[in-house]
Amino acid sequence: MSADPKRQGTFASILRIYPWAKPAMPRIYLGMVSALIAAIVALLIPQVLRALVDGPLQRGDASQIWWPVAAVLGLGVLEAVMIWFRRWFVLQPGTRVESDMRNSLYKQLQDLPVSFHDRWASGQLLSRAVSDLNLIRRWISFGIVLLVVNVITILIGFVFLLSINWILGIIFVVCSIPLWIYGYLFEQKYSVVARRSQDQAGDLATAVEESVHGIRVLKAFGRGQHALKNFASQAEDLRGTEIEKAKAIAGIWLWLLLVPDVTFGLSLLGGVWLAAGGQLTAGQLVAFFATATVLRFPVESIGFLLSMTFDTRTAADRFFEVMDAPNAIIDPEDPTTIAKPEGRLVFEDVHFRYQDSPAQYDDLLDGIDLELEPGETMAIVGLTGSGKSTLTALTTRLYDVTGGSIKLDGVDVRDLTRVELRRHIAMAFEDATLFSASVRDNVLLGRPDASDADLAEALEIAQADFVYQLPDGLDTRVGEEGMSLSGGQRQRLALARAVAANPEVLVLDDPLSALDVDTEAMVEAALRRVLASTTAMIVAHRPSTVMLADRVALLEGGRITAVGRHSDLLASSDHYRFVISSLEDEEKREHREALLEQEEQGADA
Amino acid sequence: MSVLGVEGEERDDFTRRESKQIRDRSLRLLNSLLRPLWARVTLTIVVVVVSTAAQVAGPALIAYGLDTGLPALIKQDWMPLAFAVFAYLFTGIVGAALIAWYTVLTARISQAILIDLRKRVFLHTQKLSLEFHESYTSGRIIARQTSDLDSIRELLDSGINQLVQGGLYMAFIAVALFSIDFWSGVVLFGSLVPLGFLLRWFQVRSQKAFRATRTTSARLIVHFVETMTGIRAVKAFRKEKRNETEFGGLVEDYRLANMRTIKLFGVLDPGLVLIGNVALGVVLLVGGLRVAGGGLAVGVLLAALLYTRSFFAPAQEMAMFYNSYQSAAAALEKISGVLEERPSVPDPTRPIDLWQAKGSVTFEGVEFAYTPDRVILPSFDLEFPAGQTIALVGSTGAGKSTLAKLISRFYDPSDGVVSLDGVDLRRLHPKDLRRAIVMVTQEAYLFSGSVGDNIALGKPEATIEEIVAAAKAVGAHEFIEGLPDGYDTDVNKRGGRVSAGQRQLISFARAFLADPVVLILDEATASLDIPSERLVQEGLLTLLADRTAIIIAHRLSTVAIADRVLVMEHGRIVEDGTPRDLIAGTGRFSKLHAAWRESLV
Ligand SMILES: Nc1ncnc2c1ncn2[C@@H]1O[C@H](COP(=O)(O)OP(=O)(O)OP(=O)(O)O)[C@@H](O)[C@H]1O
Ligand SMILES: Nc1ncnc2c1ncn2[C@@H]1O[C@H](COP(=O)(O)OP(=O)(O)OP(=O)(O)O)[C@@H](O)[C@H]1O
Ligand SMILES: [Mg+2]
Ligand SMILES: [Mg+2]
Repeated sequence: MSADPKRQGTFASILRIYPWAKPAMPRIYLGMVSALIAAIVALLIPQVLRALVDGPLQRGDASQIWWPVAAVLGLGVLEAVMIWFRRWFVLQPGTRVESDMRNSLYKQLQDLPVSFHDRWASGQLLSRAVSDLNLIRRWISFGIVLLVVNVITILIGFVFLLSINWILGIIFVVCSIPLWIYGYLFEQKYSVVARRSQDQAGDLATAVEESVHGIRVLKAFGRGQHALKNFASQAEDLRGTEIEKAKAIAGIWLWLLLVPDVTFGLSLLGGVWLAAGGQLTAGQLVAFFATATVLRFPVESIGFLLSMTFDTRTAADRFFEVMDAPNAIIDPEDPTTIAKPEGRLVFEDVHFRYQDSPAQYDDLLDGIDLELEPGETMAIVGLTGSGKSTLTALTTRLYDVTGGSIKLDGVDVRDLTRVELRRHIAMAFEDATLFSASVRDNVLLGRPDASDADLAEALEIAQADFVYQLPDGLDTRVGEEGMSLSGGQRQRLALARAVAANPEVLVLDDPLSALDVDTEAMVEAALRRVLASTTAMIVAHRPSTVMLADRVALLEGGRITAVGRHSDLLASSDHYRFVISSLEDEEKREHREALLEQEEQGADA
Repeated sequence: MSVLGVEGEERDDFTRRESKQIRDRSLRLLNSLLRPLWARVTLTIVVVVVSTAAQVAGPALIAYGLDTGLPALIKQDWMPLAFAVFAYLFTGIVGAALIAWYTVLTARISQAILIDLRKRVFLHTQKLSLEFHESYTSGRIIARQTSDLDSIRELLDSGINQLVQGGLYMAFIAVALFSIDFWSGVVLFGSLVPLGFLLRWFQVRSQKAFRATRTTSARLIVHFVETMTGIRAVKAFRKEKRNETEFGGLVEDYRLANMRTIKLFGVLDPGLVLIGNVALGVVLLVGGLRVAGGGLAVGVLLAALLYTRSFFAPAQEMAMFYNSYQSAAAALEKISGVLEERPSVPDPTRPIDLWQAKGSVTFEGVEFAYTPDRVILPSFDLEFPAGQTIALVGSTGAGKSTLAKLISRFYDPSDGVVSLDGVDLRRLHPKDLRRAIVMVTQEAYLFSGSVGDNIALGKPEATIEEIVAAAKAVGAHEFIEGLPDGYDTDVNKRGGRVSAGQRQLISFARAFLADPVVLILDEATASLDIPSERLVQEGLLTLLADRTAIIIAHRLSTVAIADRVLVMEHGRIVEDGTPRDLIAGTGRFSKLHAAWRESLV
């Protein structure tokens, strides 16, 4: 957001939801009109009473009672009908606005880059999508309607009061002034706590989520109580805020109750005095109090409606924080397409740094130059934290390069739509990221229309035939995040998923790390068939994985310092040997063991 | 089908008995939440009663002012009027102050209940076993803890007021009305009949409708959470459009469910107004005729009319209370369902303490199956003497992690006994169990928060020196120092701020800090580069010297530091011996080892 949200008025803040509320406005207006009619009708009833008291009752004329009574009844029915209309009018649009906004938010969240999701706790997003939008719905179908109508009712009521007797009316109007002042002060106080409370609720949701996602760790260390302590202290914070909020509300309630009461008292004094002096009829006095009573609810409700309005404003602010979040990774204005994709992937002087990286640090990727020929398999080797996964994420624009470019078949990846780019390049991440859906849905994530034969083939290549033994075969739901599978099984499904997408370029981040030697060999043999025709970039930590590749690129200090065949690099690059070879210490160790053995034998002898 | 626990949570076709069973359980929960607060609740009720009395006095004082004060004033007697005015002011001020006080009181109660409920649900979900979590999903638990609690809060925030004040108001007014004019009271009573019918209709319909809102909102949250968790995969596999449709469908379901509840209230509310206004008309008719006939004072009629109108204002409040009560009750039903779930790995009722564990682990006739129809580990016996380092190898899906999860009691065996130093794990005190046995799981999960906090999870009271020492021991210190804020760097959600290997190092440091007698490493170095793995192994040599260790690894380099190797195949242990013997032999392991040696360069 460019402007400081604190500076923006409540009204301006809320007005931003207008585009969503627009289709609903006609019905909301009708709802307001109905509510207004209901309110006026409610105000008219005392007028009829006045006529009745001053007329037939005064005269003791029983035959004249019927008409006024019928009028009171008729007006009463009309009021009920109008209330029904109000609810009926605003019901649909309120929920529509809510669900439209929710869908927009979801769409925006899916569109926002990974770097946004890195920063935002998921509970914060969730509380925006659920509680905040709920608040907005209520306000639209209830708050705003009543606020507008009640204010109008109060104004009309004042006119009625003035018309009954101007002195009493003036007392009423003057006495209500402190309310307006307090209402203004209330906003200042309340808005701050309202915001804090909604943020804290989001944090709490985050804590809950993490406690469930990380339950294995918490259980493994027996830290349930510890987690509870942290959670409880967050919950206590929220409680503190909520009570502060309640105190602010109590403050405005006090005034909203006190002022009308004092006014009533004064009016009673003035009214009786005037009546005694003959300046006021008994009927007028009755009507005055009846009218003032009708006005009590609108006046009292202002406090509640105001706090609701400020809550809504905060909710709207929070909603727009997400909607306004800048998105740098978007589709180009006029995208190119690759007519005949071959799968040539070229990195040209690629630079990348994470957004929070301190200025004095060098770029994490500091000028990567690398060419993958169509059909070639390139292994990326480098130390932990050298930026291999980051490099793979750049290919499908999960992050954008901060310098240089990545080209697929001669086209800068930023000139393609994201959908097209990601159709050409499929990834397997280092953690499997499965969804709690069926095996089939998980594997066919990238190509939902694939045939059963394609599915079977992908599973075969990833050596994932274990799925057929699962209770419901391909339709078995794999628990949340695939947690009802073994580590290696998850990894193979993620691999099958990438293969099933049938892309021109496969980007595999350490795809065999959780497999045993035998299975690994089998997967490799099967993968080779695919890799013969598909360009692939494979992050590798082990020599066995490197074996899949035609060439190896060594990532060191943010650059590709060597590219070549595995055996060549072993011979020519010290760093490569250091990263990939464990043979030396294997030999050393065996030597040591041999020595030990001899010693033991010596000791035995 | 039963409705015990969370079973049947998604259903909406409960029989009468089931429905009652669920309601009862949530009422029991509500009761247990309110019990510790009875003193405060009583105080609040008293405050509401007094303030209501003050408010009820209002119309009576006005009537007094008009009927007694006015004639008296005409005779130049100010006293009755002054009394009326002062009494009115007094009751007004007292009433307003009490209501303000009440607002704070009730917030305290409502927050106390919420925090109690939050903690209970949190602790309980922590106690529930993995089995439960795998199928229930985090999204539902989040739904319970957020949107369900929201609707309970709504009830609590205004509930006591609406209920007590509404009820009292109506009672007071009814009494007052009867006492000033009997016939008006009768009319009022008559109006209760249609009111009763209306409420009953509402109750039946809304119960079902509100249940639907709870399930649809939970589904929406589940989908939302899963999308956000797997956002990378969603993007990489272009699931956005399909997700939008799916989510849109869920949003629409939720909208419709919500709309049904609002619609019901949209009938109840004007229904009440209608009944109220008709009653008013009748009171007017009945009273007016008598006034005209001279049988009733105008002031009395006015008061009767004011009372009748004020009788139905709180009735509307009561309706609102009832509405939010139904909504909260539906939420409470779901929450009480979660709380009713019994953990399948329960804490022992009479736990055995084991202050100083030695670290020998035995399996006796253990058999294990996640689901009854598919046995993962067929019956076996096994013994790990204290201090031994065991390498557990075998093909993927063989059941290695499962075996490890039995030792750390993530699951209980379907049959047989797993014991530590001869004590059945099921009877061992959880604190001793967790202190003695620690497992580094295959998935290195980090919590958002600093690196230091994540390591400290192994030992919450650890000093920063201890944390640094642990990091050094596993070779993580160097990269941590390189992070922008060192040990205070926030690792972001799920540790997304650090690389996969770095995550593993941090989890490893965590276990190192915990310093257990039995340490289980499940593929703890799979994502590390070879130099780091080497460092870790050197660290392990000293770390594991005096403890029992079970190391699961596909990279057989770890076997080097093991005293004993177990080879698993399809849930069975097919080879068991020292590395040297097995390598020298002709079994599976020697082949595996040869193949692995082959792959080294
Ligand atoms: N979202 C992020 N924000 C800031 N820094 C990050 C982020 N993700 C990773 N890093 C840092 O960037 C560096 C490279 O991380 P990356 O995940 O690319 O490493 P890697 O080469 O894949 O390592 P590994 O072999 O352990 O998987 C690491 O030092 C890490 O701390
Ligand atoms: N939570 C679960 N619910 C149901 N079945 C499960 C669950 N976890 C694992 N399984 C099944 O049990 C079997 C053994 O899984 P386990 O995780 O023990 O294998 P593993 O030997 O550790 O394999 P890996 O080397 O791939 O990690 C697998 O077939 C798996 O599908
Ligand atoms: Mg990586
Ligand atoms: Mg495993």
